[in-house]
Amino acid sequence: MVDRVDSAGEWTQSSRFPDEVLERVLALIDSHKDRSSVSLVCKDWYNAERWSRRHVFIGNCYSVSPEIVAARFPRIRSVTLKGKPRFSDFNLVPEDWGADVQPWLSAFSTAYPFLEELRLKRMAVSDESLEFLATKFHGFKALSLLSCDGFSTDGLKAIATHCKKLTELDIQENGIDDLGGHWLSCFPESLTSLEILNFASLNSEVSFDALEKLVARCKSLRVLKVNRNISLDQLQKLLSHCPQLTELGTGTFMQELISGPVAEFKNMFSNCRNLITLSGLWDATPFYLPVIYPACASLTFLNLSYATLRSDELANLLSHCKTLRRLWLLDTVGDKGLEAVGSCCPLLEELRVFPADPFDQEILLGVTESGFVSVSRGCPKLRYVLYFCRQMTNAAVATIARNCPDFTHFRLCIMNPGQPDYLTKEPMDEAFGAIVKTCTKLQRLAISGLLTDRTFEYIGKYAKNLETLSVAFAGSSDLGMEYVLQGCQKLRKLEIRDCPFGNAALLSGLTKYESMRSLWMSACNVTMNACRVLAKERPRLNVEVMRDEEGGDDSQAHKVYVYRTVAGPRRDAPPFVLTL
Amino acid sequence: MTSASSMESIFQKNAGLTERNYLGLSDCSSVDSSAVSGISDVKRNNLNLKATELRLGLPGSQSPERDPDADLASSESLDEKPLFPLLPSKDGICSGSQKIFVSGNKRGFSDTIDEGKWMFGSSGTDSDTSNVNVKISPGAQPAMIKDATSKVAPQEKTHATFGTNLNKVNASNPPAAKAQVVGWPPVRSFRKNILATNSKTNDEVDGKPGPGALFVKVSMDGAPYLRKVDLRSYTTYQQLSSALEKMFSCFTLGQCGSQGAPGRESLSESKLRDLLHGSEYVLTYEDKDGDWMLVGDVPWDMFIGSCKRLKIMKGSDAIGLAPRAMEKSKNRN
Repeated sequence: MVDRVDSAGEWTQSSRFPDEVLERVLALIDSHKDRSSVSLVCKDWYNAERWSRRHVFIGNCYSVSPEIVAARFPRIRSVTLKGKPRFSDFNLVPEDWGADVQPWLSAFSTAYPFLEELRLKRMAVSDESLEFLATKFHGFKALSLLSCDGFSTDGLKAIATHCKKLTELDIQENGIDDLGGHWLSCFPESLTSLEILNFASLNSEVSFDALEKLVARCKSLRVLKVNRNISLDQLQKLLSHCPQLTELGTGTFMQELISGPVAEFKNMFSNCRNLITLSGLWDATPFYLPVIYPACASLTFLNLSYATLRSDELANLLSHCKTLRRLWLLDTVGDKGLEAVGSCCPLLEELRVFPADPFDQEILLGVTESGFVSVSRGCPKLRYVLYFCRQMTNAAVATIARNCPDFTHFRLCIMNPGQPDYLTKEPMDEAFGAIVKTCTKLQRLAISGLLTDRTFEYIGKYAKNLETLSVAFAGSSDLGMEYVLQGCQKLRKLEIRDCPFGNAALLSGLTKYESMRSLWMSACNVTMNACRVLAKERPRLNVEVMRDEEGGDDSQAHKVYVYRTVAGPRRDAPPFVLTL
Repeated sequence: MTSASSMESIFQKNAGLTERNYLGLSDCSSVDSSAVSGISDVKRNNLNLKATELRLGLPGSQSPERDPDADLASSESLDEKPLFPLLPSKDGICSGSQKIFVSGNKRGFSDTIDEGKWMFGSSGTDSDTSNVNVKISPGAQPAMIKDATSKVAPQEKTHATFGTNLNKVNASNPPAAKAQVVGWPPVRSFRKNILATNSKTNDEVDGKPGPGALFVKVSMDGAPYLRKVDLRSYTTYQQLSSALEKMFSCFTLGQCGSQGAPGRESLSESKLRDLLHGSEYVLTYEDKDGDWMLVGDVPWDMFIGSCKRLKIMKGSDAIGLAPRAMEKSKNRN
């Protein structure tokens, strides 16, 4: 391939780059964003890219149809598919809304018979679909289901029975009908390829015998996350078969009947030299926690969000975990526990503090602003925070922003809606103002507390890298939403609930929504007419309104979901979803 | 029947941060509702403490404009998850510019709101939601149901469907109401029940207790959070006592050290019990009538039939309980 500059000073190609070579080079590119860019360069590159692509990521299953995907990308081996709007996690989306995976599977069975991996998030998956997947795709290897619903353990039986080359079965946090643990016993003796097995979120007991044999014969197993029914001594047996694990989710970390002294379990982890992730730890008490200390030195991710630890229990544990990068906690550890985080974990990049009892107002304190500040002091590398608390101040957040300017994800949930700064009684505008002004790399923001349009003015003005914004019970007028739509150039996902934003706000984004993945607005002041206007002006958007089941005012649009699509209006919309 | 406002006044006085508010809460003198506005002032001043004070707002207790009949009819839906309020997918109503949120939570009986609306975040408003409801353990008889509109209360007392409802005393009603809102806080359902149980049983993790599970809260003076135990998983006081000792051992035995105790002896039951019984802490419970009694005086079955919550109290605070317990058992016998 030779490039020459001709007399006009233009580059020309004297011979074309052979497609095969281009494909080979492009095959090395993994990021789907990069691949999208590559495909826009020119026709040759578009073709080379589409032939070399092995993994396709579809962030909104209704933005494109299976047929279009299959037509463009002939050689896909791995698919990631996301369905329902995120607020469906919090019961804001009625059941039977859609996002059924079956149409995709049907299309893929002809287009991609050699499909190996499927990762689904917030999709509706039936047992029949799982059986279809297991039987129609002979080389199928990896299944990951996160926040999906509609299936039962019978579907898992089908996967275990038929997928002869299964390397990954990752079941997380799904709305699943747990009919028993027999599915695990369906793995045939001949299956030895398993590398990832996660059934931590399933409730029923599996046959320990079957599990032990499975673990023993799968020599490449590197991720094992069991459910709560697996006891400590059972866990010990499992670990003896797979010391090579890199990620472990324990079962219950307490023995009701102490059959022997703790010393019996003391060596359980001493052979696990490769552990970098530890989770589970249900019911962990200080009596048994020391058992994990030998494994702590290499841990980078510790998920304690199921363990109701106190501050001193956490402090003792963390003193062994100096290399932690990611830490998930329950707010039972209190501010004092967070102080320990600040002093023990200087490399920390991600912290998530979940409320142990979010709906019970009898629980004292949890964590407050001072815990957050302590962490920020000791962990300047923090990038990702999810923090549930019951009180916060503007000053504290400003301090936190100063201490940790590298935030990319800042999700603060002051659990009482519309709560002001508890010391000054002022709105929390300055808090989020400080965050967006200081943290220029901010990609994701979730705001809470009492907020006026000021907050949104700050966000629109400063949050130039913001891609995802979650808003609830905030704002004073349409201006709020307008600021954001005008100012945040990189905005892709905007989800709003219970805010006083109306038609003017909605329509101010007329030209913007096609550059975004989606907009969700519920319990705001938007009317059907405005939605119709939007739909009419922008035919490449799907403007969907969910009818309120209780009737009520038909002119109010209670739940609005707007997203760009090349697939046209949904054909599977249930009766309560109106596509305008 | 006492009115809601009297309860509030009690709580306002004790707007501290400890469990001691529960003591003596059972019988209060009546205060008529004209005192409500006065209490609002107190509440305004107490906004500072709002975030840290002990409040018992029932999730769903402040839903305005709720038809009592509608609530009664839909109380069954709470059977599924008696410990935690349901977040129904319906009923998230926003009215206009005010952020007013109706809880879709189907409580057992009507809430009792003096004013029909309540607002968030704005200080100094009088949106008074004076509900007083009493916590009932699932399976237990609804012993004490207080309601500001007292005319409703007597009927509710006999409603068997309320047996699985959780109703709590509403300590104070700051304008930023404690009501349950659909889908808020944004916590996924599998995370709602972390504290549901400590024991390793199949049926509790998703909030569906097995037949006969009887969860009560256990609190301890000085402990930063509560635990819950299933009374039906024990058959004797001995078992309950040792389980509680294990659960709260760190609170009583700061000096004993829990790091890798070599043998089980260092946390032996007898040693714990000695410490517990060594006049440092006593185990008490609140019974159906709202009285605090020492645990152990009545037969086990009678105990679990009437126990609504447990509390590990400092010995000094428990003085005066014994005589009442004696009297009560005399009256019962």
